[in-house]
Amino acid sequence: MTISGPTRMVLRILTIVILAIIYIPLLLVLVNSFNVNKTFAWPPRDFTLEWWRRAAESQGALDALWVSVRVGLVATVIALVLGTMIAFALQRFSFYGRDSVSLLVILPIALPGIVTGIALNNAFRTIFGFELGFGTIVIAHATFCIVTVFNNVIARLRRTGVHLEQASADLGASGFTTFRLVTFPLIRSALLAGGLLAFALSFDEIIVTTFTAGANQQTLPIWIFNNLFRPNQAPIVNVVAAALIVFSVIPVWLAQKLSGDAESLGAGR
Amino acid sequence: MTSLGEQVTTQTPPDTAAAVSLRGLRKTFGEVAAVDGVDLDLAEGEFFSMLGPSGSGKTTVLRMIAGFEEPTAGRILLGGVDVTERPPYARDVNTVFQDYALFPHMSVLQNVEYGLRVKGVDRRSRRTRALEALETVRLEGFGDRRPSQLSGGQRQRVALARALVNRPKLLLLDEPLGALDLKLRREMQLELKALQRDVGITFVFVTHDQEEALTMSDRIAVFNGGRIEQLAGPAELYEHPASAFVAGFVGTSNLLEGDVAAAVLGTPGLFTVRPEKIDMHTRDAAAGPGSCTATGVVREVVYLGSATQAVVDLDAGGSLIVLQQNRSVQDQLAHRGAQVRLTWRREHTVEIGGSA
Repeated sequence: MTISGPTRMVLRILTIVILAIIYIPLLLVLVNSFNVNKTFAWPPRDFTLEWWRRAAESQGALDALWVSVRVGLVATVIALVLGTMIAFALQRFSFYGRDSVSLLVILPIALPGIVTGIALNNAFRTIFGFELGFGTIVIAHATFCIVTVFNNVIARLRRTGVHLEQASADLGASGFTTFRLVTFPLIRSALLAGGLLAFALSFDEIIVTTFTAGANQQTLPIWIFNNLFRPNQAPIVNVVAAALIVFSVIPVWLAQKLSGDAESLGAGR
Repeated sequence: MTSLGEQVTTQTPPDTAAAVSLRGLRKTFGEVAAVDGVDLDLAEGEFFSMLGPSGSGKTTVLRMIAGFEEPTAGRILLGGVDVTERPPYARDVNTVFQDYALFPHMSVLQNVEYGLRVKGVDRRSRRTRALEALETVRLEGFGDRRPSQLSGGQRQRVALARALVNRPKLLLLDEPLGALDLKLRREMQLELKALQRDVGITFVFVTHDQEEALTMSDRIAVFNGGRIEQLAGPAELYEHPASAFVAGFVGTSNLLEGDVAAAVLGTPGLFTVRPEKIDMHTRDAAAGPGSCTATGVVREVVYLGSATQAVVDLDAGGSLIVLQQNRSVQDQLAHRGAQVRLTWRREHTVEIGGSA
């Protein structure tokens, strides 16, 4: 497609403006985590590692980080198992209501978090009689983590088709051997990409978590929110936010790289 | 089991039990019958082709023999043993897929070894046999490459080696040459035929290319609408088509029917005469005794290199296609609007459905 000169210019400026709006504030957070001034006076007068040191000593932040990591890992594992199974069921078998199930699986990611949060909170406490805490956060997070795994795996399954599995069966491999030697290696990178995205989603989730965490468990985003309006904590919150940015970027970047590698793998057929 | 090499010398005459027997095979998808009652017996060591347009049911028959589709009715016997209920991995059959279906995450050698690996053949002997198989298809030294690093023709050979290394009783080939360009396809046709003769395995070859089927097969089944329209050797099929469909699908359809047949041949009915059997003369030329003859006007001329094809509108109605070898300088008659007389020997007029 060819684009005229002025149009190209406008598009270029728009792109730069939009990217700037998104990323300059994030950059600011990173820079301010080294800003000597407690109220983030601009421009920074001096560079300091004091806030990072203090954040590393803040028991509340560390506890919250640990909870977040554990929740993310467990939710991701659940999502990997269930999401993969659903993807297989929907892609490899046809049954009554298949399209509806597909929609129902994807829906949680589109539903407003506050609705999901209230609904789960109600269900956990009044219907199931669960105590809100670590377990309920994990279940809540798994509902939307499943979607990223499901989407990645089903896309891969769709692209690889059934021919390779049929070829494997034709050559004498049973269903399990075929999964082990052919299907799993082909979807491995999709699983990894889906898992990383799932972890990233879980790691920075706050709305649903607020409604399902209870009083005793604090994830990192909730800790930040609770400490946001305490002036004394502001520099530490900023450091934690900076760390969160880095933590979130890495899995997404890895996931994207993995999907890219898979493209070239798929093209080999 | 004997090795590939030994089988060259031990080519046995056809057994009493057929290599493959299909009994009343049917397959319906919803309301549509893709395969509508197919009975077949294939001899051991035969190169058998299933020829037909897309949707004629030939591939579905192949997939049922392999075990990827379950028949709605009918039985499938391999070497006299009923395998209708068995899954694909429990049948002594291997398939070369249309898109080759090579495993992209394995090297060429690992692909070829795969069948032996899942059957628990030890590492050493499966490597030896895989290398042997690669040699058979002339791909020595390609073992470490990935399928994505190979050309279409090379992938096709890997697919072939991957199937042959298992020494199946029966090899199914689903339009394996479809993705190759014309020149390569011609080469592979001859190579495949030679390979089949050497290994002595029964080949079932699915194709929609009539020339390919004629070139390679011992026998051909022409499929149409889920049924076998005619089952015969290549020459028989070409010279004596059993139906108008076969006459049209195998070679160029040159039909004389009804009033036209009555005017030209003296009898009404349905007849065909192959284009290369017809000679073209000037209109005032005399037809010899024992010849059929018809006059007409050249409507279209197509130069094909080795031959020239002319479409002639007959004065009696209808038209015939004439194929003339370009032996000498371009024929004077082969131009549009030329008044011509066509002649051919009476025995080259074949009544369709008649007994030769």
